[in-house]
Amino acid sequence: MRRYAGAAIAIIFFAFSIGIFMQLASYNDYEGSNYYYKNPVNGSLANESVPSHYVKETKNETGAINAVTAIVVEYRGFDTLGEVTVLFTSATGVSFLLYHVYKKLKKREANLILKEGSKLVLPFALLTGAYIFIHGHLTPGGGFPGGSIIASGFLLMMLAYPEFFVREKSLSYSESMAGSIFVIIGLLGLLFATSFLQNFIPIGKPGYLLSAGIIPLIYIAIGFKVGSELSSIVQKLKEVEK
Amino acid sequence: MMLVIIAWIIAILAIVAAIYAVETKDLLSSAIAMGIASLVVSIMFLVLQAPDVAITEASIGAGLTMAVFVYAIGKTKRWEE
Repeated sequence: MRRYAGAAIAIIFFAFSIGIFMQLASYNDYEGSNYYYKNPVNGSLANESVPSHYVKETKNETGAINAVTAIVVEYRGFDTLGEVTVLFTSATGVSFLLYHVYKKLKKREANLILKEGSKLVLPFALLTGAYIFIHGHLTPGGGFPGGSIIASGFLLMMLAYPEFFVREKSLSYSESMAGSIFVIIGLLGLLFATSFLQNFIPIGKPGYLLSAGIIPLIYIAIGFKVGSELSSIVQKLKEVEK
Repeated sequence: MMLVIIAWIIAILAIVAAIYAVETKDLLSSAIAMGIASLVVSIMFLVLQAPDVAITEASIGAGLTMAVFVYAIGKTKRWEE
């Protein structure tokens, strides 16, 4: 009985959110007054200054076309450092839990389609991941999705070939190098500019690949870090003897 | 209008996949249903004009999380008691 009530509540909640979505989709004019949250007490428009500042000034202040990336790396860079640390902690936890288990694999061959197809797909997966994190300041995406796409490319190879392994040393080297580069760039910001993770490189012309100061550098570091961490998690899980 | 129809189809698919993932006794199909739900939700994010979140959800939610679950089920038991 309780589970049906839960399912009914979930359906009602989803229908409600769909209703909100339909209402939002009918607003074509985002500049209009309905877009901002209106304070019911005194009728003032709350939080109007911060989003409009991000929308209007991001390009001039940071040189990034993609405002989401500018917020994630530039305005809220310290939060991103914390997120990367959370992922690092979880990868460390997986390695710690599965440390004592000796490598012993079941040599079960995958079928021909998976083997040949993964050989064909792997370079394109790596290329797409690298494109997504290098172009993070220009197009949607960034370090986290790019790194996870790279890790899923390696996952495909691990599924297709039982004997495929990424070398443990190269994974840990790339991960620790990328993390150190992130922190060192932040400290250089403290040295050459005013605060931690502040931009100290000229921002260049918005829309070009070499622009937006430290954003591409930090996103390349995050992409390497996330990719190697997720690959090492999947590889650890694969190695475990039953 | 087209967007609203797409949103309804996505919402119904996501609800069905989520309820199936909770209710079924087969943990492998539960993991696959969860992957389907997050893939469908990533299309929803794309419709709602959040391509950043859509890319992340599609690669992590539908790809890596499902693989981790499938590996973990392979190490333990497949059927829920």
